[in-house]
Amino acid sequence: MTTAVTAVHTSRADTGPLIEGATGKWEVIVGMEVHAQVLSKAKLFSGASAEFGADPNEHVSFVDAAMPGMLPVINKYCVEQAVKTGLGLKAAINHRSIFDRKNYFYPDLPAGYQISQYKHPVVGEGVVIVDLPGGKSISVGIERLHLEQDAGKSLHDQHPDQSFVDLNRAGVALMEIVSRPDLRSSEEAAAYLKKLRAILRYLGTCDGNMEEGSMRADVNVSVRKPGEPLGTRCEIKNVNSMRFVAQAVDYEARRQIDVIEGGGKINQETRLFDSKKGETRSMRSKEEAHDYRYFPDPDLLPLELEDAWVQRIKGSLPELPDDKKDRFMRDYGLSLYDAGVLISERESADFFEAVAKGRDAKLAANWVINELFGRLNKEDKSIGESPVSAEAMGAIVSLISDGTISGKIAKDVFEIAWSEGGDPAAIVEKRGLKQVTDMGAIEAAVDEVIAANPQKVEQAKAKPTLAGWFVGQVMKATGGKANPQAVNDLVKKKLGV
Amino acid sequence: MSDLTSLTIADAREGLRKKSFSARELTEAHIKAVEKARALNCFVTETPEIALKGAEEADKRIAAGSARALEGIPLGIKDLFCTKGVLTTAGSHILDGFQPPYESTVTRNLFDAGVVMLGKLNMDEFAMGSSNETSYHKPVINPWRRKGSNTPLVPGGSSGGSAASVAGRLVLGATGTDTGGSIRQPAAVTGIVGIKPTYGRCSRWGIVAFASSLDQAGPMARTVRDCAILMKTMASHDPMDSTSVDLPVPDYEAAMTGDIKGLKVGIPKEYRIDGMPPEIEELWQKGIQWLKDAGATMVDVSLPHTKYALPAYYIVAPAEASSNLARYDGVRFGLRVPGKDIISMYENTRAAGFGREVQRRVLIGTYVLSAGYYDAYYLKAQKLRTLIARDFEDAYKKCDVLLTPATPGPAFGIAEKTDDPIAMYLNDVFTVTVNLAGLPGISVPAGLNREGLPLGLQLIGKAFDEATLFRVGEVLEKAAGPLPRPTPWWEV
Repeated sequence: MTTAVTAVHTSRADTGPLIEGATGKWEVIVGMEVHAQVLSKAKLFSGASAEFGADPNEHVSFVDAAMPGMLPVINKYCVEQAVKTGLGLKAAINHRSIFDRKNYFYPDLPAGYQISQYKHPVVGEGVVIVDLPGGKSISVGIERLHLEQDAGKSLHDQHPDQSFVDLNRAGVALMEIVSRPDLRSSEEAAAYLKKLRAILRYLGTCDGNMEEGSMRADVNVSVRKPGEPLGTRCEIKNVNSMRFVAQAVDYEARRQIDVIEGGGKINQETRLFDSKKGETRSMRSKEEAHDYRYFPDPDLLPLELEDAWVQRIKGSLPELPDDKKDRFMRDYGLSLYDAGVLISERESADFFEAVAKGRDAKLAANWVINELFGRLNKEDKSIGESPVSAEAMGAIVSLISDGTISGKIAKDVFEIAWSEGGDPAAIVEKRGLKQVTDMGAIEAAVDEVIAANPQKVEQAKAKPTLAGWFVGQVMKATGGKANPQAVNDLVKKKLGV
Repeated sequence: MSDLTSLTIADAREGLRKKSFSARELTEAHIKAVEKARALNCFVTETPEIALKGAEEADKRIAAGSARALEGIPLGIKDLFCTKGVLTTAGSHILDGFQPPYESTVTRNLFDAGVVMLGKLNMDEFAMGSSNETSYHKPVINPWRRKGSNTPLVPGGSSGGSAASVAGRLVLGATGTDTGGSIRQPAAVTGIVGIKPTYGRCSRWGIVAFASSLDQAGPMARTVRDCAILMKTMASHDPMDSTSVDLPVPDYEAAMTGDIKGLKVGIPKEYRIDGMPPEIEELWQKGIQWLKDAGATMVDVSLPHTKYALPAYYIVAPAEASSNLARYDGVRFGLRVPGKDIISMYENTRAAGFGREVQRRVLIGTYVLSAGYYDAYYLKAQKLRTLIARDFEDAYKKCDVLLTPATPGPAFGIAEKTDDPIAMYLNDVFTVTVNLAGLPGISVPAGLNREGLPLGLQLIGKAFDEATLFRVGEVLEKAAGPLPRPTPWWEV
């Protein structure tokens, strides 16, 4: 939900990619408010389950239903998760924060107010480093993170002329993470969301499941001519995938440019993104905006955090994506790109490390990224669902490294391991895929091919690149098992090229 | 056995233990008194069956020698407390038919200690009022009348049903709640004792909220000791209420030593307000003399921000109320007045379900929290609240307890002040400061005025020092002597 106190202040000094308009180039300015559901068994202020997927109104306590006389009690674990997230965003932890009531009437908000944090959030300023394709990195400022309750869900498709309400979500803990308007393109916006999601998943504070609504973004978009002050922004509510974020930003930037260039003015308003049509539509203008009448919730005392407690959480933080990336580059000699791909999910990074352990790390990275991730993507599987285990993947890398099989054969072995399973060494053994390193056998094969093709030999002598044809023939004759380098050397020697 | 209804809780407790009478006899006597007193309109719901069942259980336990602290004591419960399976209306039309599926912590504490519930007591709607006239269930009538007059008088409010039922001997004691004076003011004008404990002493869980930062439950009974007995059981730390305090609950009865020698009693000069009737000033002087006679010393103190208390209260309380009452929307419980869509259903329900005073306060509260007005009203009121609390802290550097009048006057006639909300609000002028500062305050009967109507004195204590209030309160009570019993003109 919009945080009215957010200052419009960007910490970016550079100009982003520009959009061509009729009157010249435009810069798009994007800031995001991401709602991330806290990974917790229970809701923020009631003991009810926060689990997803139950039948409607299965997980509703008297507090969630706002029965008379019911009182909220803060869930300490949710606070710990928020603090952990703040620390992961390298943000200031506010040792005193306050829960406020945000008042408005809506059928899925039983109390008529949402408990949120307004002027005094639990987490203050932080930063997220976002790596972009092409090797550029940007720092995206985090304005604040606060805890608040989720609302319930209205169901409009259950009855011809009534709406039903499911309060399972009502009271579930959300972290609202507000960025500065430091993003300059749809790609940057999507990359920021992806990085934020990775950090939350590394921390274990949000499962990042956008399909189930565990992460939603309100995207603030404005445009300006480079160097000019920030333009009027529109807020696009509840965008629930990286792709939609990118689409929404592109559509909205173009719309705003067209309005301004057509002599119009951008009105500050809330818009919704229609993912079917790929467009944004006006929901309500600033004038129609609610007056939320925020005030401190008298049912809750200010939230006071002991520094020792915060330090304890700090000490328990896992290695985060940026640190892991640096370590992968330093310790394994990986490129920024490869390291970036591997650390995008904690499970992928763990998988890679298991494969690389005691082996050629660069080769391992190649195989994990190109063969395994390529295949997983193609079949829309997650790393956890990979039919080839890290152990099997490691075995393949070892077989390549020690010359047992060539890279080409390794692809076949991977294919077999993927579709049929089994230990790669055993597959190689059983199917006789071992590389032929017996020089006598290779020489015999080379001699045979040369003897059978005298005309080609003459041509090759005139044009040495034709030697490759002989190599191919030899490889074919040996069923691909001959060491390609040895064949190459021999062919050249025998042809005298 | 009609004099069973005139017993104090302490005597009833003794009588039950000695088996001078049974819990059933005690309960039946009270059920009869309740039935005969319907003219007072004290009850929203009478629960004789529940009471008799409770009495039966009490007699069993007494016979088995396993009596609990309040075994068999018949009480009335203010209708603001959610009682499991028993209609709970908060004096409002909007809670029509609402039977909570849960028990408030305070009533749970009482029932777990053996209390017998006679019924749910009438009150100002959502505890907003000082005369019980805002109740959807019609006003409660004060058992007291002016000498030689039949004019019906108000019992004060908002705990008017509680006060009148205790004064009229329909119950041995009652629960009340006090947001700006709702225990102490009705106690004073019906000649009984009522204490608002320190904020956080009693759990608010399961009490229909009016103004959450001010609301506090407390006992109302005919003697200081009876209040001390009830207080001990009502108070508790409740993990379900984040504002309840984890402090041991002292043995208040044991603290009532009768000895106040050397006690320093502060007399705040700001409580001598313009237009205060001479009888109130006289009453205050009498109180000062009684305490002096008992060996206490008087100290002049100043509470300079007192004059801002009432305005600050009428910003903070409505602000919180406007938010607390948003949940009454016709969707999940209580009254629903249909409409063409959800918004009109909300509007129709709230227009029909809330009375004039509640609507007034919801509007005031919404206004003072609105963008552009928040700083000028709500924020300023909160700052005043801090200053008012500091006034008390400064005063308590010089004294142990404060003595003030409880109300600016005696009970007034029904409908006398209903057209003038400000005049009505002035009833709480001596009591609201205590809520704003979160302190404990007790109202003790101090005699009858010339018209034969009871008046009360208020003692204000340090935070969580209810024990001193009971000790000093009992000294005042003894010095004032017992009040006559109001003539039971209402009995049919």
